[in-house]
Amino acid sequence: MNDLYLIYKNMTRKPLRLFLTCFAIFIAFLIFSAVTTLKSALDSGVDLAADDRLVVVNSINFTQPLPIAYYQKVAAIEGVKEVTHLNWFGGFYQDAKNQIITMAVEPESYLRVYNEVVVIPEQKSAWLQTRQGILIGRKLAETQGWKIGDKIPLSSNIFSHKDGGHSWEFVVSGIFDGVDENYDTRYAVFHYKYFMETQTFGGDWIGWMTLVTQDPSINQQVADVIDATFANSQAETDTSTEKAFNKAFIEQIGNIGLIIFGVVFMAFFTILIVVGNTMALAVRERTGEIAVLKTLGFSAPRVFGMVLVESLLVALIGGFLGLAMGWLIIEGAKSSMAQFLPNLAMGGDIVAQAVLYMILLGLVTGLVPAYNALRLNIITAFNRS
Amino acid sequence: MSQEALFELKQVEKSFVKGKETISIFNDLNMTIDRGDFLAIMGPSGSGKTTLLNMLGGVDQPSGGEIWFDGARMDNLSESKLTQWRAHNIGFIFQFYNLMPMLNAARNVELPLLLTRLSRSQRKRSVEAALALVGLSDRAKHMTSEMSGGQQQRVAIARAIVSDPKLILCDEPTGDLDRTTADEILEMLQLLNRDHGKTIVMVTHDPAAASYARQTVHLDKGKFVHKEVLA
Ligand SMILES: Nc1ncnc2c1ncn2[C@@H]1O[C@H](COP(=O)(O)OP(=O)(O)OP(=O)(O)O)[C@@H](O)[C@H]1O
Ligand SMILES: [Mg+2]
Repeated sequence: MNDLYLIYKNMTRKPLRLFLTCFAIFIAFLIFSAVTTLKSALDSGVDLAADDRLVVVNSINFTQPLPIAYYQKVAAIEGVKEVTHLNWFGGFYQDAKNQIITMAVEPESYLRVYNEVVVIPEQKSAWLQTRQGILIGRKLAETQGWKIGDKIPLSSNIFSHKDGGHSWEFVVSGIFDGVDENYDTRYAVFHYKYFMETQTFGGDWIGWMTLVTQDPSINQQVADVIDATFANSQAETDTSTEKAFNKAFIEQIGNIGLIIFGVVFMAFFTILIVVGNTMALAVRERTGEIAVLKTLGFSAPRVFGMVLVESLLVALIGGFLGLAMGWLIIEGAKSSMAQFLPNLAMGGDIVAQAVLYMILLGLVTGLVPAYNALRLNIITAFNRS
Repeated sequence: MSQEALFELKQVEKSFVKGKETISIFNDLNMTIDRGDFLAIMGPSGSGKTTLLNMLGGVDQPSGGEIWFDGARMDNLSESKLTQWRAHNIGFIFQFYNLMPMLNAARNVELPLLLTRLSRSQRKRSVEAALALVGLSDRAKHMTSEMSGGQQQRVAIARAIVSDPKLILCDEPTGDLDRTTADEILEMLQLLNRDHGKTIVMVTHDPAAASYARQTVHLDKGKFVHKEVLA
């Protein structure tokens, strides 16, 4: 037997109370780890967007299509230097969990607008000439183990192939790099024409357009002209900078994030009070026993430490279980969120932060009862009981 | 100071402050307790028996005077020194046993040994010996909450002697027990005194209990009023 055994016995003497306390802490850290991870994934998206590019989406919302005719109209607007159009494919490889960010694009204009995409000339021309060719990012190629010339079937979780099924056959024609380290190359692009000819959705339509203007200073003007051009038509547009677009998208979720953050804070605060009160109560019930320990010769600091370790243990047990559950949920959600949140992962910093909060929770809830045990006077304790 | 004396109290004063009043329990209390004695302290309720025992056990300190133990002054030790001193020198037995309900008998007995440097196997041996002495070897794994009062008090005695202290202090050790069980417990204390050389100081209301002691002192209004020497 040692002090730890005593602590363990004290902790588990009321199993239901221990369970409820740990469960409350479990919930708090589950919410905390999941929300913090979500928030950091959201925040990391904004930085990648360029400032001088404009995005044109359907004003209803960005998932609604636009007519292909808009592409030529926008290209003709004064001040527009380069424009390209993109369609979300919603691809995955073999397993629906293995999401691949894939877009159908108009190849030549795509490479002109996204000039941070770097591809060597031979591969570029190979891609432009191959109808089923797909251009993949370096990081994606590495994680999937794909090489030039590989035939890869990608499935869509949105569209059907006209020959039946949801699978499209592609040939890797090129592997691109980012112009710098920060550019996220975990995605792939293929020919819009191939997509339109083979999907069953019908019609000539595009998901959205991205364009660069002659000069960033005229961005607002150009955006206004574009939206005015399509006002009162069958599909009105909403034009904003890529950064603002990402930000608006994120802020929708961001506000929810803020609300959840408030909830987490409230939960933490409530749990702090509940757990603190429970600990104080549990120790007060043991007043007589603590007095006996002290009489036998257990020093005041030692008794103080035992109470503090007990509350720390409770916080760590509940906290780590919550953290583990949060991690499982994030891992489970990763693939289905990949298209919106490519950076969704619980980082070491979040784990460290959670552990820090667990320790803080344990210390704060244990400090008062531990101090009471430290100061407990043997004689008055015995007189009381 | 005599060679025999384990304890020596010199002009001990003790008073409590209650609000604006100061209640004086002892002023000028003098006594010696010899090594190997079995001393019973009797007296009416409120006469200060428990207070005296607490001072002897180092859980309370006198307001004045001196207490010497084994040739060293102890009333002026710091709280942490007194705590160590208690662990080394005193075994406590309480009226209501004061065992840890979440520990079994053997672990209750082992508790004071956590304050020593004994190895695990040495501790195990000491616990076994102490339990054997009180006749509870076969109950080592039992939870004390499922034991009778007499058995619990025997576990408490085992706990009090396991670290081999010089002195055992008992406050009404049989106050919660029936006559037969009380006699068993008292015989056990007597055995510890006679055969194991333990010095015992016992507070009791019960003259029958006091008859097991070598000496009985009567305390009233902060003074010893009467002293009987038995065996
Ligand atoms: N911590 C304290 N604060 C104030 N007064 C106290 C305190 N402890 C004891 N007293 C008072 O000191 C007096 C002696 O108390 P003590 O407990 O020593 O008596 P006792 O002889 O053990 O009585 P009993 O036979 O009822 O156990 C009582 O009047 C009691 O109220
Ligand atoms: Mg008393």
